[in-house]
Amino acid sequence: MASARTQALAQPSFFREKILLGMTVPAYLKSLLTPFNAVAAAILAVGVPILVYRFAAGLGATTNLSQAYPWGLWIGFDMMTGIVLAAGGFTIGATVQLLGLKDYHVIERPAILTAFLGYVMAIIGLLADLGRPWNIVMALVSYGSASALFEVAWCVMCYSSVLLLEFTVPFFEWLGWRRVHAVLKKALLALTVLSVMFSTMHQSALGSLFLLAPTKLHPLWYTPFIFIFFFISAILAGISMVIVESSLSHKLFAHRLEGQPHVDMDKLLIGLGKAGALVSFAYFFLKLQGIIDGHAWGYLLTGYGALFLVEILGFVLLPSLLFAYGARNQRVKLVRVAGVLTVLGIVFNRLNVSIFAFNWQNPVRYVPSWMEIVVSLTLVTIGVLCFRWVCNRMPILWEDPAFSHED
Amino acid sequence: MEFSRRSFFKIAGATAGTGLLAGGTARAETASADDKPGVLVDTTRCVGCRACEAACAEANGLPPPPEGDDVLAARRDTSQTAFTVINRTEAPGGGDRFGKKQCMHCISPACASACPVRALDKQPGGPVTYNPSKCMGCRYCMVACPFDIPKYEYESAVPRVRKCSFCAPRQAKGLPPACAEVCPSGALTFGTRHELLEEAKKRIYAPGAAYVRHVYGEHEAGGTSWLYVSDVQFEKLALATGMPDRPYTDLVAGALGAPPFIMTLWPPLLMGLYTFSKRREEVEAGEHAPKHDEEVHHG
Repeated sequence: MASARTQALAQPSFFREKILLGMTVPAYLKSLLTPFNAVAAAILAVGVPILVYRFAAGLGATTNLSQAYPWGLWIGFDMMTGIVLAAGGFTIGATVQLLGLKDYHVIERPAILTAFLGYVMAIIGLLADLGRPWNIVMALVSYGSASALFEVAWCVMCYSSVLLLEFTVPFFEWLGWRRVHAVLKKALLALTVLSVMFSTMHQSALGSLFLLAPTKLHPLWYTPFIFIFFFISAILAGISMVIVESSLSHKLFAHRLEGQPHVDMDKLLIGLGKAGALVSFAYFFLKLQGIIDGHAWGYLLTGYGALFLVEILGFVLLPSLLFAYGARNQRVKLVRVAGVLTVLGIVFNRLNVSIFAFNWQNPVRYVPSWMEIVVSLTLVTIGVLCFRWVCNRMPILWEDPAFSHED
Repeated sequence: MEFSRRSFFKIAGATAGTGLLAGGTARAETASADDKPGVLVDTTRCVGCRACEAACAEANGLPPPPEGDDVLAARRDTSQTAFTVINRTEAPGGGDRFGKKQCMHCISPACASACPVRALDKQPGGPVTYNPSKCMGCRYCMVACPFDIPKYEYESAVPRVRKCSFCAPRQAKGLPPACAEVCPSGALTFGTRHELLEEAKKRIYAPGAAYVRHVYGEHEAGGTSWLYVSDVQFEKLALATGMPDRPYTDLVAGALGAPPFIMTLWPPLLMGLYTFSKRREEVEAGEHAPKHDEEVHHG
């Protein structure tokens, strides 16, 4: 009896190895005491109760939404921005699986994980924003198929499921479940095709939502082709987010990458920079065409014109030149800077469309309440914590060598 | 039913040739909508008694509107507890004019086309009504409505969208809307839309008439059940202007025509891409390595 017990102790337990990273419980808890975690804990300590309070007390008690501003930060940032910044999942998925650029394989898993967490956080944000979130199931039974939001709802639902399935490949590698892992790995190609299909539809449909607001959205942003703008900028966001996120994670998780085969990240970033230059240049001219098509030149000299120019010159044209120069002259740092600028620019664009340039003729403006901001911050924090938790445990930044031959 | 037919044309509408057909359905809808009920508001006849506000509140179980004429001093909007309001402005030759605001009951309502769950829906009889048991509270209807009519119960934990229902329950019993029934001055005329349009044009084009030569609601946002004639500019009556004359459903038709094509064309195209890249890989592998090595590797 006693010997059996010592044997059990000597054998590395699943929990200790897989969850506690091989540490004892006290040692693991101690390792959690970092400044970053303290800040994260403080945000969660405020944000999570607010999220609960919102469901108990309603939107009026927690948000600054009004009759003129039915959509605020939770839609403009959590949903619009959250979804577009998660576009790396399908962009890199298609690059690796469909275009066959296998070098990018090493950044596919982090991109898919980022996308999956991004969608989950966007859905939580959406549930907080919906007045009657329990009725979200109505989308399954009562078809408002004349609505772009119906398309968004279905595609987000389907694509989140696809992302979950794609994520199960490293998940089952982590658990060591070979049989189901092999099945899902074979399904990756089909899942990637679905991910591109669903993303094309809902990334653009998020823009189509505003087609019904021709009198409310400023003419510099309103265009009958806004859905194409949203889709192209989603590809751009996907490329840029992957640049930012893989630069960060390879720095932050450097200790976890020791002993893994060396990957020339700089070469990959230069390649992504080339793609970024192309797409952002195209997007810049598309934005110009939006002005021409809407006969909106006159608005460029107004305050909204300044906002628009900052967006397309500072956050589209400038990064596109940086991407091109950096990629041409092998300056990885410039590519990173351009990536960060582009990500910020797309956040800025989504906020412009859904908040700043919305209701532009209405003297009453919307400013988010502190509780709205804290909830948005909380969701980002939860996303980052989940990403770190998974990356520290599961084969995300590398592949388990024991599984890699099962291609 | 209207929606399914329309969505068929949306699919077809993505191709250039069928654009004409889609235009045809829009016209057909207006034609049938002209046989449905509407209200003509003649602002020159309104005396600003606000009996319509009180009748509306009573019919919809809302708190009674404030008494006294002081409320007319400031411009008011409809709210979650007031589905219709009267605003006052000055007439060109002196005196007061009053504008009544309520849901316009569009022929192709933006709110109903925006609703992903058909909680807001256009009834076959004409009213645009709301069913809270379907509503998920996305508030896209509020974003979409060019007249800013749907209002939200933000203060409630179980909030509803609130707006005028054109007294759909009363109309089902053969009664006119409460506001039109109570109006003592003849400013509100309840009837079929084509009769009202005829009457409206008769009035505005009558010799010596001082009316603005426009029937507000005839074409706004594709046409509405409520129609207005006035001798002051419509925006002065606190009515929204500037929206396109096309039905709002047309604005998204092109974008919503895309998904069927994406769903049918993307997968084969992407698989084609995959086949090319795989083939290229195989050719490259074949060039770099002798064939027997390859076999050993896979064996």
